[in-house]
Amino acid sequence: MKIKNYYKTSNLEDAYKMLLDDKQNIIIGGGAWLKLTKKIVETAIDITPANLNEIIETKDSIEIGAMTSLHQIEINKALQSHCNGILCEAISHIMGMGIRNIATIGGSVMGKYSFSDILTPLLVMDTSLVFHNYGEISLEEFMNIKRFDKDILVRVIIKKDNRKGYFHKVQKTALDFAVINFAVSKKNKIRIFVGSRPSIAIEPLKAVEYINNQKVVNDEVIATTASIAANEMKLGSNSRAGSEYRKSLVEVYIKRGLKEVMSNEN
Amino acid sequence: MKINVTVNNRERVFDISPDEYLLDTLREHGFLSVKRGCDNSSCGVCTVLLDNKPVASCTLLTIKTEGCHITTVEGISKDAEKLSEHMGDEGADQCGFCNPSLALTMYALKQENPHPTDDEIKKYLVGNLCRCTGYQSQVISIRKCLEDDE
Repeated sequence: MKIKNYYKTSNLEDAYKMLLDDKQNIIIGGGAWLKLTKKIVETAIDITPANLNEIIETKDSIEIGAMTSLHQIEINKALQSHCNGILCEAISHIMGMGIRNIATIGGSVMGKYSFSDILTPLLVMDTSLVFHNYGEISLEEFMNIKRFDKDILVRVIIKKDNRKGYFHKVQKTALDFAVINFAVSKKNKIRIFVGSRPSIAIEPLKAVEYINNQKVVNDEVIATTASIAANEMKLGSNSRAGSEYRKSLVEVYIKRGLKEVMSNEN
Repeated sequence: MKINVTVNNRERVFDISPDEYLLDTLREHGFLSVKRGCDNSSCGVCTVLLDNKPVASCTLLTIKTEGCHITTVEGISKDAEKLSEHMGDEGADQCGFCNPSLALTMYALKQENPHPTDDEIKKYLVGNLCRCTGYQSQVISIRKCLEDDE
């Protein structure tokens, strides 16, 4: 990425005006993935001075400032205990400490990276995003909007709801992107998301509808759910794996994930 | 553009471009213990401490360090020396290219978790690759080094 100018401010309104000023202006998060793009940026706007790097636990939720580093999240006690700590677990497998101290939750969410290990667990939790101009929107809705108007992510809110969770990342080496990743959660309903397919994380809707309509969830129901998911999901091939291999993984890991959240339930 | 930073407890002014990376800035100013390896945040040999936290300097924009404290291995020379002795004893040291980053990461681990298990040491060092050794001797050296402080 080529950056022509750099603007640092603690005032989000100033940052927002500057963002809209030129279509080549961007908000810069930690900047960990800048080398992945050859984009030319007119002005990179840095909101680090706005102190959006705190994690606040309230009675009902955990609020994560957009500039919070991934490592801060990884070691946060409230997040370690929510939903079986799947967000912290997912983050702990992202490259090394040197990157997790740079990358921010805001940059990770706004990038909508297809290889993301963060979006997958966030999507199975009750997660919403608060933007400076737009206000609050659920993460799922945000993910479904192809062209979201330029805005500044202020914080990520995860509702505390005693949800049970499971996350697994299949990777070839400790520092590689995921071949595929899985997150499953159970509260009143079961949620399943599969990411790095290699496209962005999505939910196998037919499989989720099937399992949530069953009165009893036994091994047979779990196996059927995993099979429906493997057949309905659009899986691709890239240098990490072929679509057939990914399909086999979907069936295996959704089964394991469901067993895990159901056993936690019991 | 000019920024003020503190490197190894000494105030400095760096004249940089907005898209300059910290690794380039530091090496240009003579901090050659900060190595260039993969240059894409995978190998960890460019690790420095930013306000006592390990960061991959090849991936961090220098401008983001304004007003921060940067530590290279020269800034933790006593700890580095002690680690180097243990690494020598354990045969954990061959070419030495990754040693500065390893010492800095160990130093950060000590601040964050003074009594780590072997698994915690290994997990903390995931981003620090060594092409010569088998890692086990490095973990033993680090454990011994941390035990010295107890």
